Amino acid sequence: MTERVDQRLREDRSPLGPAVLAGAESFARSWATAVIGSSYVPMTRAEVAQHLQDLTEMLVEALFASPFRTAPGYDIGSKLVDAHFTGTDTLGRTVQLLGDDLLAELGFPGDERLQSRLAALQGALAAGYARALRERTLAEQEAIRAAVLDARDQAEAMLRASEARFRAMFTEAAIGIGIADIEGRILDVNQALQDMLGFSVEEMRQYNVRDLMHPEDAGSVWRLYDQLIAGECDHYRAEKRFHRADGEQVWTHLTLSLVRDDHGEPQYQVAMIEDVTDRHLLQNRLRYQALHDPLTGLPNRALFLERLGRVFNNRAKHVRAGLCYLDLDGFKVINDSLGHDIGDQLLVEVGRRLDHSVSGEGKLVARMGGDEFVILVEGSTGEQDIVDVADRVLTELEAPIRIAGHELSVSASIGIVERQLSGTTSADLMRDADITLYWAKADGKARWALYDPERNAREVARFTLSATMPRALERGEFYVEYQPLVRLEDSTVTGVEALVRWQHPEFGRLAPDRFIELAEETGLIVPLGRWVLRKACEEARRWLVEFGDAAPFVSVNLAVRQSRDPELVRDVKRILDECALPPHHLQLELTESAIMGTADEPLEALRALCDMGVRIAIDDFGTGYSNLAYLKHLPVHELKIAGSFMEGLRAEHEEDPVDSQIVATLVQLAHALGLGVTAEGVETPAQSARLLRLGCDTGQGWFFARPGPPENIDSLLRGDL
Amino acid sequence: MERPNWAPGDIDLERPSVARVYDYWLGGAHNFAADRAAAQKTLEYLPELRNIVLNHRAFLRRAVRYLLSRGIRQFLDLGSGIPTVGNVHEIAQTADPNSRIVYVDMDPVAVAHSRSLLNGNDRVSVLQADVRDPESVLTSAEVTEQLDFDEPVGVLMIALLHFVSDDDNPTGIIGGYRDRLVPGSFLAVSHAGYEADEETGSYRAARSNYDRSVTQMTYRNKVEFTKLFEGFALVEPGVARLPAWHPESPDDLDDAGTSFPGFGAVGRKE
Repeated sequence: MTERVDQRLREDRSPLGPAVLAGAESFARSWATAVIGSSYVPMTRAEVAQHLQDLTEMLVEALFASPFRTAPGYDIGSKLVDAHFTGTDTLGRTVQLLGDDLLAELGFPGDERLQSRLAALQGALAAGYARALRERTLAEQEAIRAAVLDARDQAEAMLRASEARFRAMFTEAAIGIGIADIEGRILDVNQALQDMLGFSVEEMRQYNVRDLMHPEDAGSVWRLYDQLIAGECDHYRAEKRFHRADGEQVWTHLTLSLVRDDHGEPQYQVAMIEDVTDRHLLQNRLRYQALHDPLTGLPNRALFLERLGRVFNNRAKHVRAGLCYLDLDGFKVINDSLGHDIGDQLLVEVGRRLDHSVSGEGKLVARMGGDEFVILVEGSTGEQDIVDVADRVLTELEAPIRIAGHELSVSASIGIVERQLSGTTSADLMRDADITLYWAKADGKARWALYDPERNAREVARFTLSATMPRALERGEFYVEYQPLVRLEDSTVTGVEALVRWQHPEFGRLAPDRFIELAEETGLIVPLGRWVLRKACEEARRWLVEFGDAAPFVSVNLAVRQSRDPELVRDVKRILDECALPPHHLQLELTESAIMGTADEPLEALRALCDMGVRIAIDDFGTGYSNLAYLKHLPVHELKIAGSFMEGLRAEHEEDPVDSQIVATLVQLAHALGLGVTAEGVETPAQSARLLRLGCDTGQGWFFARPGPPENIDSLLRGDL
Repeated sequence: MERPNWAPGDIDLERPSVARVYDYWLGGAHNFAADRAAAQKTLEYLPELRNIVLNHRAFLRRAVRYLLSRGIRQFLDLGSGIPTVGNVHEIAQTADPNSRIVYVDMDPVAVAHSRSLLNGNDRVSVLQADVRDPESVLTSAEVTEQLDFDEPVGVLMIALLHFVSDDDNPTGIIGGYRDRLVPGSFLAVSHAGYEADEETGSYRAARSNYDRSVTQMTYRNKVEFTKLFEGFALVEPGVARLPAWHPESPDDLDDAGTSFPGFGAVGRKE
């Protein structure tokens, strides 16, 4: 790095005597010992000694030279510095050692001429050393300053290079980048952003960031912007729309970052903007597809439920909404008979008509699936609003629909729910609309039905009853009461009607009209009826044992479903056998419709029962349609005239001639057919007297006794009453 | 390294630099007022410091010559500092002009100066890098173009590791270089340090002044120093006080051979 130091000086052997040379060598050793450690020289101790030996020889030669010159002293000083004997102690020790020892070592102590020459050479050596050291120092100072400049240049070059890289990155980036100050003044935008928005950088610089507000921006976009500008957050991401220069819109992903100065104060804002318009449109399309029915183009169930959910989420107090839940009547028939293609086209047309008749703000028509449609009306003012909609829809559907040469008439049933939203849920609304639609269907179709909470409560109760009935039978919640059938002639109790009751743990004591129909629907009537039959037969057997010939027969109601149960005859026979009850102590009551409107099989069963000796009675005779001609071929023993005919016979002083005539006719008819007659609903003495006069055989009703526990019958039979 | 390697280094002449303070102690003038002030102040506390520094420099010379004698012709001088007389390439290229050397330092001024001096010597490269990151050093163009790692390399860490704290994991750093070396390569280290009972008041004072004015140092005792040679077999005489490692003359030794505040050793990768 410094110029190489010649380790050996070129020797120009002088004619010095061996004694002088030996003295010089000795001096050089002392010199080396004195200066080693005073400077760093890149030499071994031996190399240092050799180097100084050479210098000593130069010096000695100069000392004895003729003419005497001091220049070699000057050179030696320079060479010391060149060899990097740059520690200033080196010079001090050298000069001192020369003065103190050299002449003595050479064998000329006290030689004044040599002392004087030596002093001159010492001075020259010091001057040469000082000059060389000064030059070396200046050179090194210059070198290190140059190095600093180089290093700075290098650093600046790197800075420029990095700046150029950043500039290139900014300019060439595919993503839009914009920089603005904290006041929102746009300072720079890159090409991508200019292309994206269609404004040049000069135009953009005219804008403030706030000018880029879009009416559709989410509130959070600008709330976060304010926070960022205030230094409360360092960056945020948002979806944002921009207006393009050409009036079009660009959907973007925006990332806004805050740049702070050295003190942490907000200084710039940097926006990175990615054009996601294509993706957005695709998403919109996918979303549209996900939320619309491909057949009719109407919103689908998902969109409807989403909208309904939003209605409920945004609700203010007292806001109301209504639903029409619509189902085509008999669509399945069209589909099955004309094919799905026709069915689909029909649905398209129905969808179109619905949409046409219902369009408007706050109204939504959706296809829920199959032939079910729903209309949501937001902000309704009352039921009438929705009824109007339903009427319009039904009217709209009246005109026949022409498809592929077919002229199809369709009708629809609509369930309507309309209510205030607070206190209810979207699920409630949907369920109630669905129930109401079912009512409209049940009520005869091609109509709307309005949700009725009381009807719903009844149905819920019915449902509850029918659901709890099987367990009630197991738990013994049912019991049987008996009402006497009294021979009018002599007031003898000839029979008792068994009437089932339900001691419901929740609803209390329930009469048959509350649950028999349900039991028929669910089929539970069969086991329930069997249970009643057995219970009644057991009582009848007890009475037979206790009262002998005076024991009454039991009359047990047989529901329609029971009468068609193929096991009926076997069940009856088994129960009679098990109770050891003679068949003529049992009477089975059937309604007119159960007997008349039936096919042959139940009739067979009745014949078999009749043949067995069981009495058959027609219950509520006169209220249904009876084929009188047929009546005489039926295996029947008794007609029970419905209580409704007793109304006209009730008053003490006058009677309704029509009712009176009907009863008289029925009695005559029965007697003509060889049948007994029982009048139900006898509540007054006048009725009893008139029935007796009209020839009626038997009476039943409160006038004689209310239905009661079997013990009441015991009392009657004993004549306790 | 926190700073990306293209970022400008810190060029603040008001702050003493390790390399320039060292240069001053070696009798150089490649330094500025702030460097000299710090160097002189430390010298006031510990006058023999100049001698200590000379010994590190002398160890460098002896170690390089030793490696040359063992056939090494490639040198990686880590923490090379300001070039002064008796640099590695001068020693090595005197012995064999084909010797190749890479100097590495993080001081941008030292690096710039080295480059200007070495301009034209195409067997020498200078890299500005943080030697604590072996990966960036070993993958740099300067190193990969100059040195052939299929051949043995002499790695030099002269008066370097006492600037690397234990938090910087010196063993891991050395391992980073070692793993790149073929067997037969060498590691030469000189390091400030002494045993706990040897610390004098002047050592403490000088050290605390240096820590405060220049940079933090980590002194290591012999056991700690020896651990740095994991994966290397120490050559004779093993770990020694600096002057006692391969002295050139018995006169160099005196009593510093047992009490000198610094260790030196050379290890061979097996």
